[in-house]
Amino acid sequence: MNKKNTEYLINRKDNQYEVVIGLEVHAQVLSESKLFSSSSTKFGAEPNTQVSLVDAAFPGMLPVINEFCIKQAIKTGIGLNAKINKRSVFDRKNYFYADLPQGYQISQFKDPIVGEGKVILDMPNGQKEVGIERLHLEQDAGKSIHDLDPQNTFVDLNRSGVALMEIVSKPDLRSPDEVNAYIKKLRSIMRYLGTCDGNMQEGSLRADVNVSVRPKGSKEFGTRCEIKNVNSIKFMQMAIEYEANRQVDLIEEGKTIDQETRLFDTKKNETRSMRSKEDAHDYRYFPDPDLLPLEVSEKFIEELKNDIPELPDDKKKRFIEEFKLSPYEANILVSDIDTAKYFEEVVAKMGKNKDIKLAVNWITGELFAVLNSKGLEISQSPVSAKNFAILINLIKNGTISGKIAKTVFELMIDGDKDPQKIVEEKGLKQQSDPKALEALIDKIINENREKAIEYKQGKEKLFGFFVGQAMKASGGKANPQLINEILKKKL
Amino acid sequence: MSDITKQSLTELVENIKNKKLSSTDVTKAFIQRSEKSSELNAYITDDFAPALDKAKKFDQNPNLDLKLPGIPMAVKDLFCTKNVKTTAGSKILNNFVPTYESTVTENIWNEGAILLGKLNCDEFAMGSSNETSHFGNVQNPIDKNLVPGGSSGGSASAVAGQLTPITIGTDTGGSIRQPASFTGIVGLKPTYGSCSRYGIVAFASSLDQAGPMAQNVKDCALLQEVISTYDSKDSTSINFKRNHYSKELTKNIKGKKIGIPKEYRVDGMPKEIEDLWQKGIQYVKDCGAETIDISLPHTSYALPTYYIVAPAEASSNLARYDGVKYGYRAKGENLIDMYEKTRSEGFGAEVQRRIMIGTYVLSSGYYDAYYLKAQKVRKLIKNDFDEAYKKVDAILTPSTPSSAFKIGEKTNDPVSMYLNDIFTVPVNLAGLPGISIPAGHDTKGYPLGLQIIGKAFDEQNILNIAFAMEEKINFKNKITDWWIK
Repeated sequence: MNKKNTEYLINRKDNQYEVVIGLEVHAQVLSESKLFSSSSTKFGAEPNTQVSLVDAAFPGMLPVINEFCIKQAIKTGIGLNAKINKRSVFDRKNYFYADLPQGYQISQFKDPIVGEGKVILDMPNGQKEVGIERLHLEQDAGKSIHDLDPQNTFVDLNRSGVALMEIVSKPDLRSPDEVNAYIKKLRSIMRYLGTCDGNMQEGSLRADVNVSVRPKGSKEFGTRCEIKNVNSIKFMQMAIEYEANRQVDLIEEGKTIDQETRLFDTKKNETRSMRSKEDAHDYRYFPDPDLLPLEVSEKFIEELKNDIPELPDDKKKRFIEEFKLSPYEANILVSDIDTAKYFEEVVAKMGKNKDIKLAVNWITGELFAVLNSKGLEISQSPVSAKNFAILINLIKNGTISGKIAKTVFELMIDGDKDPQKIVEEKGLKQQSDPKALEALIDKIINENREKAIEYKQGKEKLFGFFVGQAMKASGGKANPQLINEILKKKL
Repeated sequence: MSDITKQSLTELVENIKNKKLSSTDVTKAFIQRSEKSSELNAYITDDFAPALDKAKKFDQNPNLDLKLPGIPMAVKDLFCTKNVKTTAGSKILNNFVPTYESTVTENIWNEGAILLGKLNCDEFAMGSSNETSHFGNVQNPIDKNLVPGGSSGGSASAVAGQLTPITIGTDTGGSIRQPASFTGIVGLKPTYGSCSRYGIVAFASSLDQAGPMAQNVKDCALLQEVISTYDSKDSTSINFKRNHYSKELTKNIKGKKIGIPKEYRVDGMPKEIEDLWQKGIQYVKDCGAETIDISLPHTSYALPTYYIVAPAEASSNLARYDGVKYGYRAKGENLIDMYEKTRSEGFGAEVQRRIMIGTYVLSSGYYDAYYLKAQKVRKLIKNDFDEAYKKVDAILTPSTPSSAFKIGEKTNDPVSMYLNDIFTVPVNLAGLPGISIPAGHDTKGYPLGLQIIGKAFDEQNILNIAFAMEEKINFKNKITDWWIK
């Protein structure tokens, strides 16, 4: 691999290959009820307890569009800077499977609800634009469980009918790193919008990955393979790396690549053929006659636009301008909506005389470290933004030193304690009274006369010794700046 | 007792309201006649004992403000009825008991009617003679070994044979109007979107519509008034202002313009049908209406269009009968094997034929040539009607190209069977209301029907025209009770 120029290329002898990747991301719409029925979408319920007659495709049952899911899809489209189609059509995708009760999935084929759009990725070597081909709404299938019984497959229909947004990118991605950044960006946008929780462990976000390779500089696309249903960014990256290398090897051996659907085996870290193009299903798409074409008015779209919160790109721009943050710092703070929320709350609670830079350093430093070690999300932070802001202000106004602040912070974690109270109860307030400090320093100099003489004779290193002694004598509470000033004067 | 079953719905309602009859009297009478009529094979499932209980309960505390107070009624076995087996005439649903009620039947029970049982029909409503039912042929009360038409054959037979005072059928390509015509009764296919499809076993979703089948136009209007409601559970249900069809019914059709489409004069149409049509034209003129020759140029494409659109939708609608969740399941080596055996054993030949046609016309490579083109032609057929309705208020045609035929006569010739629908399918394709009324007899004494096609949502107008013509025609059905044991 050639890491130079940060370009992701696959090298074989004298040949260099570029990897071309497009993603079909399936994002579960955040909604109380399913796309065409009123059953709950809550994750983790007992099997087959969230299934209506519609979801189980009983005779004579009819789908009725859940308007909230339509709003969620349109909002997501707006977040992807995409064209919203005022007229879209639900089609039936016909195939047989035990966990597909209707014998077809209601999806959108020719006329999706959202058309072309784009997202911007922040890569180490600058920004990259990735095109969005479309976003359409569809129903999820149920779940087949093959490993509970040696003879039978069990079917859980709780997921059957849950609304998914399929977001199809253009083949604009060129490396596993870009895929990582792309998925994270999509996830971030949807979490800002509240349209998908982005929870990959629960399957709320998964992707089909299309991979092809071509000689570096070539303008034509190679034959692509589709890797189905990969449910973590790490696995996506591993699958792409394996698949791209597999394809390059075939080309190098003078063989051709078959267009096919492949599966990624996470245990063996390899992809293997699932079905060839010849075996591809004929889904017999046609407009669902149970549903009329979906028409949305300009007004409907405008109202949703007015409802869109500040999105990560705009927030980042504002953070840089308003708080004078570096693009790097701003990125860290905006990429996750909960981090941005926390940060903004801290800023608000710090009041007039605030040190934003200090707050950023403490969030990305101490707070992140604690969250990491405890495996918590920032939304579950043991220290509230309010108390965090008080702590930063205590440092800023000289009440405590940075060093003492770390002690205080550790005490705050247990039960979100007020730092002001901790400082008072434990007597950790910084000593900034010059007279008291002078007396303290006089005492130390008296007790260490010999060292004081040595210092005067030129042994400058000993200055540190006196600082240390003074801090020690004050129990770490002395204002270090004042200590320095007084010592310089006295010695 | 026999008097009771000869009464029209309107008469029965009146007699119950006047307390001349009790619901129990009426229900008993229809149950007894139904029990003596097993040779017609009109019922798939009877619900007689519970019906009698319900009638007795009704009589204890009768609510006489309802539109169908204590009236017993059997319905086509395509309507899902709570806790009563619903088969759609198919082996694949021969053990299916819904836990829910269709909106249309719910409306009927809410007006005080009582379920007598479930009536035979072609399997999944696919057929024009009721010969595709897994539960056997239905006899036409008009004559032994005569088909009652289809797919609502059991419904038509039960009304004509007076096993139920009135009933509901469903009409996808003529399944209410054709059997009504074959049995000498009135059948209305409402505008698409008028009656909810919720809880009706689907055949072709964009064409299916429930409607009343009755002894006379007034009964028909009354039942239409009950079953036609807006229903948010059906996305294709339309929220329009519905008339009080029975109250607003009038014989005054003076000055109405009735279109006579030349394209319905098809090659090989028997002279007696042509004669009937001419008589019909005279009747409407006698009623003070005016007839105008019109053209519906794409009529000849309606049948091929229908036999693409309907099977396409059916092939997808019937995919849910896979043996996994409910209904018939055959044993299989694996999932695919189970599917194949379940569906080969569970579906009859005609259903399988249509699933195959539908699957074919939706296949990639054929979709544009068949399904897409059919959708375009469907639009042209609708445009024909729109154009015609700029000049006329309604259209008068024969209901069918022939009278009822013998059982077995056309079973080996599906195309000839499909030709039965030639005058009815354009109405479904255009989503319009159409009513068939008995208008005469052929040389064998079999009934013949005339069809009045209306503008969308203009049921009142065609009911009025039918009501006026009914008086002039003064049709008498020749029922000899030959089957009564």
